[in-house]
Amino acid sequence: MKRKWTSAFIGMTVLLTLTACSGGDNGESITAVGSSALQPLVEAAGEEYGATNLGKFVNVQGGGSGTGLSQISEGAVEIGNSDVFAEEKEGIDASALVDHKVAVVGITPIVHKGVGVTDISKEDLKLIFTGKVTNWKEVGGKDLPIIVLNRATGSGTRSTFEATALDGAESVRSQEQDSTGMVRQIVADTPGAISYVAFSYVTDDLQTLSIDGVKPTDEHVTTNEWTIWSYEHMYTKGKPTGLTKDFIDYVLSDEVQSTIVPQLGYISVTQMKVEKDAFGNLTKVSSQN
Amino acid sequence: MQSSIEERLTKKSKKAKLETFGKSLSFICIAFIVLVVISILYFVASKGIATFTQNGVSIGSFLGGTDWNPSGKGADGQPLVGALPMITGSFLVTFLSAIVATPFAIGAAVFMTEISPKMGKKILQPVIELLVGIPSVVYGFIGLTVVVPAVRNVFGGSGFGILAGTFVLFVMILPTVTSMTIDALNTVPRHYREASLALGATRWQTVYKVVLRSAIPGILTAVVFGMARAFGEALAVQMVIGNAALMPGNLVSPASTLTSILTMGMGNTVMGSLQNNVLWSLALILLVMSLVFNIMTRLIGKKGAMK
Repeated sequence: MKRKWTSAFIGMTVLLTLTACSGGDNGESITAVGSSALQPLVEAAGEEYGATNLGKFVNVQGGGSGTGLSQISEGAVEIGNSDVFAEEKEGIDASALVDHKVAVVGITPIVHKGVGVTDISKEDLKLIFTGKVTNWKEVGGKDLPIIVLNRATGSGTRSTFEATALDGAESVRSQEQDSTGMVRQIVADTPGAISYVAFSYVTDDLQTLSIDGVKPTDEHVTTNEWTIWSYEHMYTKGKPTGLTKDFIDYVLSDEVQSTIVPQLGYISVTQMKVEKDAFGNLTKVSSQN
Repeated sequence: MQSSIEERLTKKSKKAKLETFGKSLSFICIAFIVLVVISILYFVASKGIATFTQNGVSIGSFLGGTDWNPSGKGADGQPLVGALPMITGSFLVTFLSAIVATPFAIGAAVFMTEISPKMGKKILQPVIELLVGIPSVVYGFIGLTVVVPAVRNVFGGSGFGILAGTFVLFVMILPTVTSMTIDALNTVPRHYREASLALGATRWQTVYKVVLRSAIPGILTAVVFGMARAFGEALAVQMVIGNAALMPGNLVSPASTLTSILTMGMGNTVMGSLQNNVLWSLALILLVMSLVFNIMTRLIGKKGAMK
């Protein structure tokens, strides 16, 4: 009897190992890895895609922009998701990668309700994040110390914010959090806190700041009046082929760009009236649609 | 007939074969575990050392530097990878939480073994075991929503910092330290207590002068175990400590630990780059420290073994 159990156990183990190796072979599948900011979009698109194209799967994993870019450079996955241009990341050979901009994300400064400020000049914002202004009363708010909350160094949101809102200045070294959700919660709970999140994460218990009178809205992003925004990239190694190409075309199609993209709080690339390159240079898109 | 007896005597019996089979099976399991441990050690060590061999960072500036900004460069062109703020933060929360937790643990353990064993077994033991089983993210969440605001209101600052981390870790290591202290007190031979009481010592004198004294090595092991857990805890600490790679000036200003910087940086760095390598070096420190804690418990156990 014991013997039987042993052999059954071994048999099970072998079976499990085998299936683990061959899993997913019964259909075509690709893997997209990287940015957690882009993950919901790729997941939703992948699900829709799998529903209409039976037997084809898109595996989506997070891990961060750095992971996405290094995995795609090594050719370990089919698609590398990133919030930043490959050119901006050290140690990545950007020339080997092909960029597919699938969406745009606007980023807004958020503050704790009750700091007494709803509009701020870009100059003051810079002074706050570089640590030169440390009390809200200096920028027209209440007498309350400013608590600057950053995303982790190397996070896509942070590099976008530093590049566009702080004009490349490095933020003061202060508290860091590695997820947008944590940032949102802490800013909502901590008096005097300021940080920044993507538009889609703004909730009622947060106060967004308009900069020089410009409100953080999708329309202002499309015209670059609101300058703090970035592309969401899907990188492929070399020109995409087969299922990878098909899937990226699907994500870029009107079907996805006009439904899933705005539903999830992203801004469609087709709506953008300006274009930005890896070095922050802007060009006007003459005519869309 | 004779040949069959001979055969039976010289050939392996079924039982012996079964034993060989069992032995080799358990040996394979052990060998596999050892292999996994060795390869992890090798992997972390080789990656962690790359910071010093490939990127040319000196060990002194890594362990002693206070400027942490791996993506930037200092005035002398060297990358800013001083890990001292994190090392200090890790040790501070570890020691502080152990200092706070130890008296509580000993008190609870004495109550449960000496004063009221019945109630201890029935009520307190399950409670403590329950505490061990709570996932660290739950502790972190409670820390974020209860401890941090409390620290902010009582001690000022933003609430995030070493103090909040200490409080959360205190609750996390308390059950570990308590249950191990209970074990230590239980191994004190009954005749020690009987002899002490027979000499006319009161219960308190017996507990204080005999039971606790002879259980010191066990209690120390318990504390070191608790410290090892505190040192390696990542999630709960990360949620309440604020994660600022700055030398902690006081207990209520945001600080960081090795683990919190590690978990925050992992996804944002590129394999093989300096930013990634220094994270492996931090991991190496963690690994070495857990080895140190392990060796310490062994030494304490050997030196202080009751004779």
